[in-house]
Amino acid sequence: MKPKIAAQSGTFESSDVIFLIEPRPDNSGRKLEISSTVMQQFGANFNRIIVEMLDQYDMTDIHLIAKDKGALEPTIKARFETAIKRSLDEQEGTLK
Amino acid sequence: MLNSLGREIPEYIEGIGKLEPYQGALTKLSKGWMDEPTIPAPNKAYLPHQSKLCNSLEEAILRSNPHNGMTISFHHHLRNGDILLVQTLTILHNMGIRYITLASSSLNECHDPILPYLEDGTVTRIYSSGIRSQLGRAVAMGVLDIPVVIHSHGGRVRSIHTGKIQIDLTVIAASAADCEGNATGSHGKSAFGSIGYAVIDARYAKQVIVVTDNLVNFPCIPLSISQNFVDQVVVVDSIGDASKIATGTTRITNSPMDLRIAKLAADVIEHSGFFEPGFAFQVGAGGASLAVAKFIREKMKTKAIKGSFMLGGITSYCVDMLNDGLFETIFDVQSFDATVSNSLLNNRRHIEIPAALYANPFNCGCITNKIDVVVLGALEIDVDFNVNVITGSEGNVRGASGGHSDTASGAKLTVVVCPSFRGRIPIIKKRVHTIVTPGESIHVLVTERGICVNPAFPELEANLKKAGLNIKDIHDLEIEVDKITGIPAPLEYTDKIVGIVEYRDGTIIDVVHQLKEK
Repeated sequence: MKPKIAAQSGTFESSDVIFLIEPRPDNSGRKLEISSTVMQQFGANFNRIIVEMLDQYDMTDIHLIAKDKGALEPTIKARFETAIKRSLDEQEGTLK
Repeated sequence: MLNSLGREIPEYIEGIGKLEPYQGALTKLSKGWMDEPTIPAPNKAYLPHQSKLCNSLEEAILRSNPHNGMTISFHHHLRNGDILLVQTLTILHNMGIRYITLASSSLNECHDPILPYLEDGTVTRIYSSGIRSQLGRAVAMGVLDIPVVIHSHGGRVRSIHTGKIQIDLTVIAASAADCEGNATGSHGKSAFGSIGYAVIDARYAKQVIVVTDNLVNFPCIPLSISQNFVDQVVVVDSIGDASKIATGTTRITNSPMDLRIAKLAADVIEHSGFFEPGFAFQVGAGGASLAVAKFIREKMKTKAIKGSFMLGGITSYCVDMLNDGLFETIFDVQSFDATVSNSLLNNRRHIEIPAALYANPFNCGCITNKIDVVVLGALEIDVDFNVNVITGSEGNVRGASGGHSDTASGAKLTVVVCPSFRGRIPIIKKRVHTIVTPGESIHVLVTERGICVNPAFPELEANLKKAGLNIKDIHDLEIEVDKITGIPAPLEYTDKIVGIVEYRDGTIIDVVHQLKEK
């Protein structure tokens, strides 16, 4: 699947993460820009979660910006799921 | 060789000398007398009516025998508003002076501009209780060949007495001074309160320069620093950024997490067996730590308990408690906000003390020895209750030893307050990265997720359990937190030692290794 619209979820607060998603041209693949204040300690875990969830939702042609300030794993997953569903225009209750 | 906490300590380090391994918090002191000799302070002479006034800091430094390899010292009461340290080192650098040993009582973010002087060999050694920001990062990465020495506030005084630190020149910032060098920090536009850390420097430095932006008529009262130790006096436009030196009053945190921890800590203190009339109390100025004072204040009023004294870094909150009649006296070695200066100047029960009286272990009794309850923070704590307050989770030097180990060793009840994790980094470790304060000095850890009592103090644990507090084994809490955060990847280090951490008695409690470049 590919994002239908640009979407975001999360905040820049400490212990939270913000995800920004926008569609890319067809067949251009994934472009990931990932940063984290705890990259050294949890970078591998963070990258794995991102890739696994992108695969789970079969996302392609996506430009993803993720800025993490030490969010816990459930927070990361919830924020990312929300961002993906918003970008697919599936999430109810999203302000547009 | 291994010290008693199992840390590998080299026997000798070039540029530092022979190292003595840490053997226990009170092991060395228990002898009652110390083998280390006291280095005599210099004798000087001044002629009657000879003027000490210089036209500029540069002129004063020129008259103070600047030379390669000199040791220069500063005090950090101006906190992040200090400008004199950078100015002084810039002057020395421009004179071509090299191989300087910098012995500041602490270093803050405002001192980042001296980083090029570490890189170019102007400064080659550092003694300090704290290093932060870019300097801390550079030190961790190995900018200096000789390891920095981290000491406590009390340990610094001992190092000066015993000649480990031999000061050639000290530059003392004062918010008021007279032409003879009598000086204080308790009044003037740049008032910063107590000047307690600088007193030992004035006594021992070969050359003493007092710098003020407020020359008052002779005599400047109080004589926090007295003229018989001062060589030169310089009047400048500003000794620092007043807005960063001390402003207004300290506010109690609004953070729900800090307030929760503070409330639990106050409950611990109440039921510890040490919350009794005449108790002596110290809290830090940090979020949860200071908030404990708010809850203790309420409990003291409810139970009509009046304490003896408050000690340490003093905030306006301590002054309020003094004025409420909850404590009889404040001993002030460092003041944290502007209101404190007024109290220090005008209330005779608010006493300015030098660092030697505050915390020096090599004398007949510093005041930290009389503390009943102290509340301290931590960057990390391990399952043996050892505390790290100097290196961050990313490996940088980013904190201060300060009075942590001094007060912890003296208090009957040492309470460490900290969240169980910060921004996904677990705070409770199997082993802290750097030990500053040994676990044997820590009685209880209070986190938002539970209270852990050091098993060495079963009576305390029984008291707290009887009061119905949520007591957990620290090993269980460590595992619980790891499950929430995940286990962080370990940092990587080289064999090079970039810092040594002195315990207050001068033995080496730990070393800091160079961080591997990523």
